[in-house]
Amino acid sequence: MRRLVPLLAAAVAAGCRGPQSMLDPAGPAAAAIARTWWLMAGAALAVLLLVLGLLARAMLRRQPAPPMARPERFIVLGGLVLPTVALFALLVYGTLAGRTVIGVGVDTDRVVRVTARQWQWQFEHLAPDGTVLARSLDRLVLPQGEMVEFQVGSEDVIHSFWIPRLGGKVDAIPGRSNRLRLRADVAGAMRGQCAEFCGREHAHMAFSVEVLDPASFAGWLDGRAAGDAGSTP
Amino acid sequence: MTEANAAAPAPPDAAEQQRRLGALQRIWANGPGLVGQLTAVNHSTVGLRFIATGFAFLAIGGMLSMFIRLQLAWFGNEVLDPDRYNQFVTMHGTTMMFLFAVPILEGFAMYLLPKMLGTRDLPMPRLSAFGYWCYLFGGLFLYSSFLFGGAPDGGWFMYVPLTDATYTPGISADFWLIGVTFAEIAAVTAAVELVVTVLKTRAPGMSIQRMPLMAWAILVTAFMIAFGFPPLILASILLEIERAFGFAFFEVARGGDPLLWQHLFWLFGHPEVYIIFLPAAGMVSTLVVTFARRTMVGYRWIVVAIVATGFLSFGLWVHHMFAVGIPLLALSFFSAASMAVAIPMGVQLFAWIATLWSGKPWLRLPMVWLMGFFFIFVLGGLTGVMLALVPFDWQVHDTHFVVAHLHYVTIGGMLFPLFAGLYYWLPLVTGRQPGESLGRTAFWLVFIGFNLTFLPMHLTGMLGMPRRAYTYDAALGVEWLNLLSTAAGFVLTVGMMAVAVDVWLHFRHGRRSAANPWQAGTLEWALPLPPPPYNFASIPVVDDREPLWRDPGLAQASAGTAGLLGDPAGGRRELLGTGMISGAPEQVIRISGSTWLPLLAAANIAVLLACFIAKQYLLAAALLVPLLAVFLRWAWTTGDRHAPLRIEAAPGVALPSQAACSQAPGWWGLVISLLIDGSLFASLVFAYFYLWLGAEVWPGPGSETGALALPVLALVLLVGAGLAARLALRGNDRDRPAQLRGGLLAAAALGTGFLVAHGAALAMVLAAPQQHAYASVVWTLAGFHGVHVLVALLGSGFAWLRSRHGLVDAQRRLDARIAVALWRYTVGQGVVAWLVIHLFPRLA
Ligand code: HEM
Ligand SMILES: [Cu+2]
Ligand SMILES: [Cu+2]
Repeated sequence: MRRLVPLLAAAVAAGCRGPQSMLDPAGPAAAAIARTWWLMAGAALAVLLLVLGLLARAMLRRQPAPPMARPERFIVLGGLVLPTVALFALLVYGTLAGRTVIGVGVDTDRVVRVTARQWQWQFEHLAPDGTVLARSLDRLVLPQGEMVEFQVGSEDVIHSFWIPRLGGKVDAIPGRSNRLRLRADVAGAMRGQCAEFCGREHAHMAFSVEVLDPASFAGWLDGRAAGDAGSTP
Repeated sequence: MTEANAAAPAPPDAAEQQRRLGALQRIWANGPGLVGQLTAVNHSTVGLRFIATGFAFLAIGGMLSMFIRLQLAWFGNEVLDPDRYNQFVTMHGTTMMFLFAVPILEGFAMYLLPKMLGTRDLPMPRLSAFGYWCYLFGGLFLYSSFLFGGAPDGGWFMYVPLTDATYTPGISADFWLIGVTFAEIAAVTAAVELVVTVLKTRAPGMSIQRMPLMAWAILVTAFMIAFGFPPLILASILLEIERAFGFAFFEVARGGDPLLWQHLFWLFGHPEVYIIFLPAAGMVSTLVVTFARRTMVGYRWIVVAIVATGFLSFGLWVHHMFAVGIPLLALSFFSAASMAVAIPMGVQLFAWIATLWSGKPWLRLPMVWLMGFFFIFVLGGLTGVMLALVPFDWQVHDTHFVVAHLHYVTIGGMLFPLFAGLYYWLPLVTGRQPGESLGRTAFWLVFIGFNLTFLPMHLTGMLGMPRRAYTYDAALGVEWLNLLSTAAGFVLTVGMMAVAVDVWLHFRHGRRSAANPWQAGTLEWALPLPPPPYNFASIPVVDDREPLWRDPGLAQASAGTAGLLGDPAGGRRELLGTGMISGAPEQVIRISGSTWLPLLAAANIAVLLACFIAKQYLLAAALLVPLLAVFLRWAWTTGDRHAPLRIEAAPGVALPSQAACSQAPGWWGLVISLLIDGSLFASLVFAYFYLWLGAEVWPGPGSETGALALPVLALVLLVGAGLAARLALRGNDRDRPAQLRGGLLAAAALGTGFLVAHGAALAMVLAAPQQHAYASVVWTLAGFHGVHVLVALLGSGFAWLRSRHGLVDAQRRLDARIAVALWRYTVGQGVVAWLVIHLFPRLA
């Protein structure tokens, strides 16, 4: 038993890994959401078992049960009080988690403009004055440990910008610029993908994400700026 | 029961009883042969048609989903190319939501409600027959797109700009917009019909507190359709005129906003989920009582929960839009409201458990399906609560996690109760007793197949698999889970086919059933099996929620002809109308029998829409003429225009006929229709203000506000039309037919004057609608109201004609009241539209 638990945990952890897995977080936002998930999954399982237990008790008995003493109280407790309390707790927890997810109190270190089009992603690292430092297509390079603000827009239909290992998604809508802030804490490669149905090649509208340590990132940016800031790779 | 039965003098002797039963049969039966089928309007026939057609669409939609699953079984599969995949996903979702779930539940309601409420038919039988044909033709219309260069492929919620003329040229999106709207006519007409049925035709003594929970569920559902469908209908109309005529509502470059579509769609789409669930929950309540063999514990709690669900469901739509960039604070409100829906669900759930707990549960086949419902639906509800949490939704939104959730709630919350209800009510249709063995095997196949298909999808979604993607990358590591889903999907399909085979065998070889095989307490089980076309030979009188448990003699009494309406002396189809709250008898309703009109009207609309989609706009407009002729004939022949003022419902019990009763079903039908229309209008006004919010200039380029003089004149003319109509009604009530007719003519003249003046006023200041969203929405608003003025004109003409034929007078006020009510409504709507169009831009 002692050995089984860590083994099981390891198996679950392995099953949850993947370049696009929200259960394999690489940043604070995704980590907060993954924690929320495990908590909710546990609570949901408890509620399910409770309901099934009560149902089994009601259905599977040999003798006629003594009638429920206070059926109304059962309804109030189970149908009104239990969900109200549980949902309130969830809402409070969720609001707090939401603050972590949107990074309340954390300053933005860098801005990247994201432009979606059928079926391609364009990323532009912006200088504080708004000039483009580097531009890339279907490939996003990020510095480790920095809070990056993405300004997400679209040139044609609605798409959705999503890097599951870093956090939630935001839609790319023509005529609007939506903001999403993400931080990557782990250097390495992962994957992002368009989540909103956008036509024929929706399934292939993905991009690679490379998180570089600060030094390498600075080098990459310099190389870009010196070489071909405006052109496409 | 006692009073009414006691009031009757000596019961008819055997010969007289035979004569009366024969007459009832003759009056109520459908005509013979194919013609009889095409002209049938009886609620049993129409209801069963809805159900059978719904199951056919389930089979088609299910077939599409099998192709989808095959394609996803492994990465890089090539069962479907991306275009086909997108079509199949779109058609699968659209079919399941619009052609299966909603219509089949309406079918159950139409078939069952009159029987459960103790009446003979729906009060507007031609309307439901018309709805059926619209549904059938709309569905065929949608599927015919496969023959004309491609089915719709924009996803079942058809987001713009992907579905506008730029990104979806061709006519595939038009097939969706027109076909679905056509089929939705059925939902809307059913809503009108069902509200009036529940409110006005319950058996005497069935006060509102004694109504079966199923009827409560249908009543609330019908109101939800009345408020929930119009936003989608409006959105579809706007997108279609944007596509067909180049108006601008959603296109950013011309001042439109793609999010307007999303708001309108989900204003419909979220209530839709409960529109599907509530009737199913009503079935659950019915079955739980029967199989617990006791009355419902917490009846009132359930009623309150149903009503609360109805209200809450309209405050949640934004939870489908958590990722569109609305600030977190604003989202929190919708998040909390979404979670709050879990409370009425919890109340119902615990009331059901308490009832089973306090009763003597009987685990027959329908109950087995309900056990599956409890497990799956609770799980789906729990993932629903998770999705209501904004940060979590930001991750799993638009992934297969949502696909899993939505199937847990639709299949668990709707399909399982539906199968339970199917087995439960089959004996009513066939007079046979369902066997248990194949049914149980089918249940386990469906149950296990379902869970193994959809449980893994939660995980594939969290591992990063977006929905509506025709394939996925090997790197995601989801191929084994997908293979499992696909394999289990086939188990699920085999299970469904087993249900079909079981039902077929039942029809062919089922054992004859005794009356009331489940020993249930509600009125439909008082009927002989299978029931005669008139259901009850005498309208039963009830004094309990489970009348059959209280009064075992009721079945026999209502099959005899000694009671209310037992003597069909008038030779017409008659229903008893009762008080909305009290259930006390108040009128005899004569309804129409078999007729070609519903089929003609629906076929006419089908041809009209076909011309429209073929861009033959003149021809389409010309087809309005025969359509109007059909509707005129329809209105003229409604009910029995020569009915006497009072009709004997039983010896010594004379009640007004509906034309002479202030509570006529036609009147209530009008009220509900206007409610629906008002919701449509409100959606349009919402669109106006939503576009204004996002606009830089208002009025938009090319348009101006202009002088007020002409618009004011138009308004005066419109209000004048309303006043003239009022005077007309006053004249009628004082038995001055000349004043009635003169007033109606004056109203029509003033209304025409309004149309001319308002049209001229707008033409002077507004740009062409193609120029900017402002001009588009203002022209549409004015045009929408203009159509209502035309309808009011037609209504006046109709009442004028009826008066000329001596069919309207101080006692028989119905036609005059309706004509005047149309004016009142049109004037009210016109004043609001006027303020929005002419006053608001000056203030903004
Ligand atoms: C017969 C078993 C069924 C199977 C195996 C099945 C399978 C699926 C799958 C795999 C998808 C997702 C496709 C994608 O996003 O790429 C889907 C979508 C959907 N299904 Fe089902 N389904 C079934 C029955 C139902 C039923 C009974 C309903 C409703 C009452 C339903 C409603 C929907 C809807 C609304 C969508 C969304 C379509 C869209 O994204 O546009 N399905 N189904
Ligand atoms: Cu995209
Ligand atoms: Cu996409």
